[in-house]
Amino acid sequence: MLGKTAGGVFWMLRYMERSENTARMIDAGLRISLTRSGAADGEWTSILTALGVINAYNANYETVDGPRVINFLLRDKANHNSVISAVEAARTNARMVRTALTREVWEAVNECWMDLSELLARPINQQDLPDILSTIRKHSAFVRGTLAGTMVRNDIYNFARVGTFFERADNVARIMDVKYYILLPSILHVGSATDNVQWESILRSTSASRAYQTLHENEHNPRDIARFLILDHRLPRSLAFCYRKIQRNLQHIADDYGQLAPCNGLVNGICQKFDNTSIDLIFDYGLHEFITDFLIESQSLGRQIEVDFRFSE
Amino acid sequence: MTETRQMFDEMYGFSDTAREPYANYADWIALEEFANLKRKSAQAEKLFRLTGITFNVYGVEEETERLIPFDLVPRIIAAKEWQTLSRGIEQRVRAINAFLHDIYHRQEILKAGRVPVEMIAQNEAFLPQMIGVSPPGNIYTHIVGTDLVRTGENEFFVLEDNARTPSGVSYMLENRETMLHMFPELFNRNKVRSVSQYPRSLRRSLAACRPTCSSDHPVVAVLTPGIFNSAYYEHAFLADQMGVELVEGHDLRVVDGRVAMRTTRGYQAIDVLYRRVDDEFLDPLNFNPDSMLGVPGLMDVYRAGGITIANAPGTGIADDKAIYSYMPEIVEFYTGEKPILKNVPTHRCSEPDALAYVLDNLAELVVKEVHGSGGYGMLVGPTASKKEIAAFREKLKARPDNYIAQPTLSLSTVPILTKAGLAPRHVDLRPFALASPNGVEIIPGGLTRVALKKGSLVVNSSQGGGTKDTWVLED
Repeated sequence: MLGKTAGGVFWMLRYMERSENTARMIDAGLRISLTRSGAADGEWTSILTALGVINAYNANYETVDGPRVINFLLRDKANHNSVISAVEAARTNARMVRTALTREVWEAVNECWMDLSELLARPINQQDLPDILSTIRKHSAFVRGTLAGTMVRNDIYNFARVGTFFERADNVARIMDVKYYILLPSILHVGSATDNVQWESILRSTSASRAYQTLHENEHNPRDIARFLILDHRLPRSLAFCYRKIQRNLQHIADDYGQLAPCNGLVNGICQKFDNTSIDLIFDYGLHEFITDFLIESQSLGRQIEVDFRFSE
Repeated sequence: MTETRQMFDEMYGFSDTAREPYANYADWIALEEFANLKRKSAQAEKLFRLTGITFNVYGVEEETERLIPFDLVPRIIAAKEWQTLSRGIEQRVRAINAFLHDIYHRQEILKAGRVPVEMIAQNEAFLPQMIGVSPPGNIYTHIVGTDLVRTGENEFFVLEDNARTPSGVSYMLENRETMLHMFPELFNRNKVRSVSQYPRSLRRSLAACRPTCSSDHPVVAVLTPGIFNSAYYEHAFLADQMGVELVEGHDLRVVDGRVAMRTTRGYQAIDVLYRRVDDEFLDPLNFNPDSMLGVPGLMDVYRAGGITIANAPGTGIADDKAIYSYMPEIVEFYTGEKPILKNVPTHRCSEPDALAYVLDNLAELVVKEVHGSGGYGMLVGPTASKKEIAAFREKLKARPDNYIAQPTLSLSTVPILTKAGLAPRHVDLRPFALASPNGVEIIPGGLTRVALKKGSLVVNSSQGGGTKDTWVLED
């Protein structure tokens, strides 16, 4: 396959995943603002920070308030990470790599773009917001579903999967990077209402709330939440889960091509770190430092994949 | 349908009873509910949007992707009519390839005085870089889309031989898919010849034109200017349907004397390049130095026999509108046969007598630019305002050799579905032919373009035309 096509498929799935993650974070922010209005502004600020758009937001608006942030995150085309921008970018990439996709995958992406372009064309009423957020998530799930159900398991499929998990892990890590202090024992006010809302918010924005309840009988506990999001292989959004997937997909490509690439070594290194650590070791080392290291390593992996498979000249 | 018919309607002729090829369809549609047809029409539009069969409009900021309107009344061609058309097209395609080889080699037709030398020497479409180049099988135009119009029961004319990069074949295929999806029962009632083999035929035909350095399994690729090109959908569609790569200039470079594409595993040589990029943008070293769309050095590889380019550079000389007027001579010269399909009588405005006639009769004529396409820059005398005619007269006088003129033909009509029911609209027809050393294959069908405005003769999609599914019936 063409290097450009591999890059296009990788990015198409990254953008699809990004639109879904942003919708989840808006959902979590909305929940906080409904339950505890006092904490809402801080919550929106950390969402903007986690999504890497806080500077762009501040350049355009003087105050942080819910409706403005939601508008910025969902429908502002000047915001390159808004849902509408991500969906447009996914669709542009899909058009570019049209020949690598099944008709079903292409139509799923195209329909997502058509639907959301219409839904997000005008400012959104608060009462419509939950439906819109759920539509965004459904479209992303639909694209993943057509991919799983119709694509041949070859290099194209593997690049798509790498894109999905790369973006997902990046998103989870950024959320933790912004909110790590909430999970630290030093500021633990056990059982206080504030903390419960904050912890719940982290779980909601990573779509891990229900899974956490199922797997942990006890009350919310920051150490368990951190362990769950970083190391638990049962959670499809944990860093360890995502990186094991990336490792396997890159290995499939290497098997297919009959040759290991430098990126295989890098991803193996990251996975080994997850295998050889525990939440206690991470907390001893420093949660913030651990996440920072991870983000740096994942950036180098991203660059290496691009070079190894000749995404561009 | 009680008004008297001035023009030939393909469904009803000049009468009120359906012509034979349409008899079955006419019975069917007479019993269909209008509301149901309108619903199907909306459904078709939704299908096209979802599939992404759109074309880009240059210079329209807000609406960069548009649908070409699809009309659900098919255009039906009887087996016998098709037989004549396809024989005529085959003859012309053979003649065009022979003409191109001659023009870039011995130029016998000029020596014989059948085509004036200045038609070639002063023609921008003539590429000196092609002199002496013999592509595999001496095929220059591999894919041809001949534009035909009809004026009566047995009156067909060739309007244009699109010999460089004819487009629209994806509509032929998707229109059929849509009709099959929406009206499966119609295909039980009518024996319609299939067109879906086109992508396979295209790939086979291109592979048969592979260069001698290629293996028996040539690597074929489609070259597109990119996603902003107006026909990008078609480029992606054809590459996808053929199962070959869709490449852009920046995916390609010359490696070890071959044109190669950058894959995830390194550079891989291409044997046959189906290019949808114009000649002048193909190779910045040999043509337009500012082109970002092409491949530096492509022409050198081509001349050395390292790659097949379809259609060959320089084929434009054969579908130039001034050369068109010599097609009857060209067909006779190379095939030794009388042309099966007629040309529209054409006045070359470069000739003083012809120019005088054209200037005197502008209100009755269609005047076109010699190198124009897409329905831009033309004058349709009978529907133009006095002001438009006056303005065009000045342009014509300033550069007469840039124009040809033809009588306004009363193009046949086929009914379309309008808000008020069925109404006749003018159509043309573009069948697609594939040429290879194994012969010429013509797909039984084509692109029917229809002018949606009442009375309009301009069918181009860029000017608001639509399309129809085209049925060629089995014997």
